[in-house]
Amino acid sequence: MTAMRFRQAIVTALSDEMESDERVILFGEDVAAAEGVFKTSEGLFDKFGPVRVRDTPISEMAFTGAAVGAAMMGMRPVIEIMFMEFLGVALDQLVTEGAKMHYLSKGEYTVPMVVRASCGAGLGFGTQHSQTLENWVAATPGLKVIEPSDAQSAYSLLRAAIQDENPVMFLESRILYAERGEVDTSLKMEIGKARVLQEGSDVTVVALGNMVNVARDAIADAKVSADLVDLATLVPWDRETVLNSVKKTGRLIVVEESPWSGGWGSEIISTATTEAFSALKCAPFRITAPDVPVPYNGTLEARYIPSAVHVSAALKAAVESNQVLKPWWITEGVSK
Amino acid sequence: MMTSLERRNALKGNELAWYERMLEIREFERRTNELFAAGLIRGTTHLCVGQEALDIGLATTLNPDDVLAATYRSHGVALAFGLSSHSVMAEIMGKATGCAGGVGGSMHMCDSTVGLLPTSAIIGGGMPIAVGAALAFQVQKKKNVGVALFGDAATNIGAFHESLNLAAIWKLPVIFVIDNNVYGEYTRIDLSTPIEDLHLRAASYAMPSIKVDGMDVYAVQASMQEAVDRARRGDGPTLVEAKTYRFSGHSRADQALYRPAGELEHWQKRDPILLTEQALIKKGILDQAKIEAMKTKIVNLVDSAITQAQADPEPSAKDMFSNVFKEMRK
Ligand SMILES: Cc1ncc(C[n+]2csc(CCOP(=O)(O)OP(=O)(O)O)c2C)c(N)n1
Ligand SMILES: [Mg+2]
Repeated sequence: MTAMRFRQAIVTALSDEMESDERVILFGEDVAAAEGVFKTSEGLFDKFGPVRVRDTPISEMAFTGAAVGAAMMGMRPVIEIMFMEFLGVALDQLVTEGAKMHYLSKGEYTVPMVVRASCGAGLGFGTQHSQTLENWVAATPGLKVIEPSDAQSAYSLLRAAIQDENPVMFLESRILYAERGEVDTSLKMEIGKARVLQEGSDVTVVALGNMVNVARDAIADAKVSADLVDLATLVPWDRETVLNSVKKTGRLIVVEESPWSGGWGSEIISTATTEAFSALKCAPFRITAPDVPVPYNGTLEARYIPSAVHVSAALKAAVESNQVLKPWWITEGVSK
Repeated sequence: MMTSLERRNALKGNELAWYERMLEIREFERRTNELFAAGLIRGTTHLCVGQEALDIGLATTLNPDDVLAATYRSHGVALAFGLSSHSVMAEIMGKATGCAGGVGGSMHMCDSTVGLLPTSAIIGGGMPIAVGAALAFQVQKKKNVGVALFGDAATNIGAFHESLNLAAIWKLPVIFVIDNNVYGEYTRIDLSTPIEDLHLRAASYAMPSIKVDGMDVYAVQASMQEAVDRARRGDGPTLVEAKTYRFSGHSRADQALYRPAGELEHWQKRDPILLTEQALIKKGILDQAKIEAMKTKIVNLVDSAITQAQADPEPSAKDMFSNVFKEMRK
């Protein structure tokens, strides 16, 4: 076990994969000489040189597509999209080209590539640099989606993503980069497997990325007996673990950083409602951000992100009286 | 039955085979159009009539282990690269025996044995991918090249500029080939683009460029050879602009009524098949009797490919679920 920051876990995973597999190459904007704007490629340029670690022009479309082409020709490219929003100008290459190549070639071509992108609110980057945007990528068959919640899962899942034969979107909660955690570099994690981080009897809380930490604080604060499920992989998500937990606890709450409408949590709730209906004691529900762009103002941004205080109150209401609390913007009367 | 690779290799240094393959593409497209009009093909088709010299020029200068990222105007290039008329027609008909197993359709041809990457139905979709293939070849120290083939109108999309810039800055073994057939859908090039000679855009990226008569298979080969040699030498990318003309409408039932009077007729005088025929007759290796024999052979070949494709099985529901993801070995 080594103590390291989340961003160092990323660096270490990249470094270990590059060392063990010479097909792994890394490129993106300012990832080489400058070592990444979030220092997620620290030391890699010095260690692996300019052929394998490359700075690109500001051309997300070209370098995302270049990763697709290089992957099809036997490389294992990892690319960095500095802020998840920047994938917008390159989405075609990932969603409509990369994720389709295996299908359209009867399986003759594979696209083993990883797109890393930082995401999420809380650091004052403003409306266009703070979204999580999982729903841009979660509805594309042929594309896997991962979002780790701590240094260990960042390390183990990034290695698994690079080793995977398919295109993988790897979302990194930007606010976690500086967080410290213990990392066992020999620990393997499987894509598609959720992590049950704590076990309880009365409620299942499902979360992703930094919301796992919010949920953990909320469970402690509410003093409820909860299964905390870190989904970790959004596509393909671990139905079995979630459904088994819901069948045991009879209650399900999903905590999401994305806006209310169209969020991935609806998928979890829908499946659990259909598949575990008879076990439910309380209506499953989601705690999300409101349907607004991420506001810059510090107080507003803090309110935008689901807070442990709100999640805790919702947990108590659900466990103690099978009640579903309305989102704060409705109870406070600031929106519908 | 010849494999795609055998059919591709059969073109090597055999001028009569080029001519015959061009006849096959022409006849294939004629029949495709007929079948579409008769309601026997669903969805859409984009014919390449008039552009056969470009397809053959590419197939005869590239090696089967070079790769091509092309577009939805895909039938001719697939046939030129070696796919059989049956494999292409079966795909157009959505049959299990098609080159993509029937899940691709007219716009998505693929065959890894001859370096045909799945053709893209997104304008600009293939260019970054060709760049990436070239990046892999460069890193792997291979002598192969990546080629992107796309239309004139695709030079106005961001992917074109990003890809040229990236290829230039990394000196990649990639060739960008513009099939300038004068139209993007129903819009003439002069209405969408302020310059007529699109290869001039290479200057912005300090990239060598070539303008070539895309109706002349020999000229296409010479230009491509120059570009391929540069790429294999490690001297970086080239932008090739082939001046062609789309003899058919853009897609489906488009009659191309928006064309100025006489334009089609002007270009038809430079029909690539006619030009090749004249050249081969002049060289004394082709005569009228041989032409007739070849045409009869091709008509029969395409006809039996269609008959076979029509009789072929549909893909099963299970096939729809295959190859979404590559299964990981546990
Ligand atoms: C991104 C995108 N925008 C629009 C279209 C619709 N579309 C299909 S073909 C075409 C015209 C392209 O013309 P050109 O690049 O000259 O190729 P050609 O069809 O002439 O071979 C358009 C606009 C598309 N497929 N992709
Ligand atoms: Mg055109």
